[in-house]
Amino acid sequence: MNIHAVRAIYRFEMARTFRTILQSIVSPVISTALYFVVFGAAIGSRIPEIGGVSYGAFIVPGLIMMSILTLSISNASFGIYFPRFTGTIYELLSAPVSHLEIVAAYVGAAATKSVMIGLVILATAALFVPLQIEHPLVMLLFLVLTSLSFSLFGFIIGIWADGFEKLQIIPLLVVMPLAFLGGTFYSIEMLPPFWHVVSLFNPVVYLVSGFRWSFIGAADVSVWTSLGMTVVFLLGCLAVTGWMFRTGYKLKN
Amino acid sequence: MQPIISISNLSKTYANGFEALKNVSLDVRKGEIFALLGPNGAGKTTLINIVCGLVNPGTGSVRVGGHDIVADYRKTRSMIGLVPQELSMDAFETVFATVSFSRGLFGKPSDPAHIEKVLRSLSLWDKRKDKVMTLSGGMKRRVLIAKALAHEPEILFLDEPTAGVDVELRREMWAMVRGLRDTGVTIILTTHYIEEAQEMADRVGIISKGEIILVEDKDVLMRTLGKKQLRIELREPLAAVPTSLTSHGLDLAESGGMLVSTYDASADRTGITALFRDLAREGIAIRDVETRQSTLEEIFVGLLEERA
Repeated sequence: MNIHAVRAIYRFEMARTFRTILQSIVSPVISTALYFVVFGAAIGSRIPEIGGVSYGAFIVPGLIMMSILTLSISNASFGIYFPRFTGTIYELLSAPVSHLEIVAAYVGAAATKSVMIGLVILATAALFVPLQIEHPLVMLLFLVLTSLSFSLFGFIIGIWADGFEKLQIIPLLVVMPLAFLGGTFYSIEMLPPFWHVVSLFNPVVYLVSGFRWSFIGAADVSVWTSLGMTVVFLLGCLAVTGWMFRTGYKLKN
Repeated sequence: MQPIISISNLSKTYANGFEALKNVSLDVRKGEIFALLGPNGAGKTTLINIVCGLVNPGTGSVRVGGHDIVADYRKTRSMIGLVPQELSMDAFETVFATVSFSRGLFGKPSDPAHIEKVLRSLSLWDKRKDKVMTLSGGMKRRVLIAKALAHEPEILFLDEPTAGVDVELRREMWAMVRGLRDTGVTIILTTHYIEEAQEMADRVGIISKGEIILVEDKDVLMRTLGKKQLRIELREPLAAVPTSLTSHGLDLAESGGMLVSTYDASADRTGITALFRDLAREGIAIRDVETRQSTLEEIFVGLLEERA
């Protein structure tokens, strides 16, 4: 294994995060704080408890998950797209480094940033609402698995995209709506039966539900189903990246 | 001697049907400077990119240091440094950081002393803390070379290394390339400055329309395919070459003020002595004499025209 290469790419990507710390870390924290002010305090004060906790506390896992999904995708997609855009990808492709090592370094860095930001948002949330985490290890497991899965998904988008517009299309037009409709701000139990069933086809429901279970011990779907769906998504993304490197899709002629 | 790069029957057709390489076979010797010449679209960059791993090979095989570039890609790629034609670098990184990154990427542990040595050899040490985006084009080209040398490669590919570089820097780079060759690094360069190949190369390969049409030692090539001219400036212009001199194959140039004789410099008898004797016999007075060797460029253009 070319551990020096993995370390070099990982450090390079992490250095980029700290070079753009306002955009990378401060911005999502401010956005999340605004969500808490608007949904938690202004609107949430008029909503009764859900699952035995205040509305403000109820939306914490959903907000963290929504931030992680979007940040994982944007970090990983930009990480691999930018070298393609500037032409520096030549160095990566001519280096003695395997596909798995490239993916591990880029996705590992993007997932690290997401976990960091998730924890920062969690700390920010604690300033606004009384927090409880019933299953902290499961919470961490979901945080890491979701960050990895969606960083992999972002990596795929970064290879697929051939322009900055395409880089934004999937996060804005697919992921964000799915996140909003995935039970971030409500329990899908509150929906009419038809929309409840429709929601079960939304993969984000399983992520939010499992993550919320680790906080309050209650969930829309079984935690094992949530875990299983997350792992299936992760394996699916791994298979696609493997195919991309094997065939040289949009990387090599 | 075992070649350090051995390309056998390599062909490459792109997805759009363009046949970039046609059954190319080529050996590059360890420690030489090999210049690959060819017009635009001839297949030079495709050939380099296949050896370096940037383009998937079609049929045929490529071995570097005895290892297959596909099956043993880690070994072959760690032996190679590539300086691409485009100035592609992370603009926001410092010079030292980007060169150190390249060393790690190619599997070598951090070695600030080696990075310093490379940067000093390329006159970049004073710029080590500068961001790449602040450098001039020539400096960026040096940084690309430093990145390619960061992992101490045995083979260095230079794809149009002095494109857009001023004359002074070009000569500095030539000196640097010769210095690298002296340390045992094998250098393969493509260039459209044929004087560059003439100045530096030990051997020359000419590629045209995806086929290698000639590989030869530069000196042998210049000697065998090159022509030498004797140019005799006359005191008084002639209206025509006197009939007594026609056996010398002379051409009249410069409005009759110059006689030009093309001859084989490697032949036992060049006929120059007889020519001067006959000129004296005809009473033709000479103002000046010069000889001129044809350039590699003229040989190159001649070969391409022959094949057109």
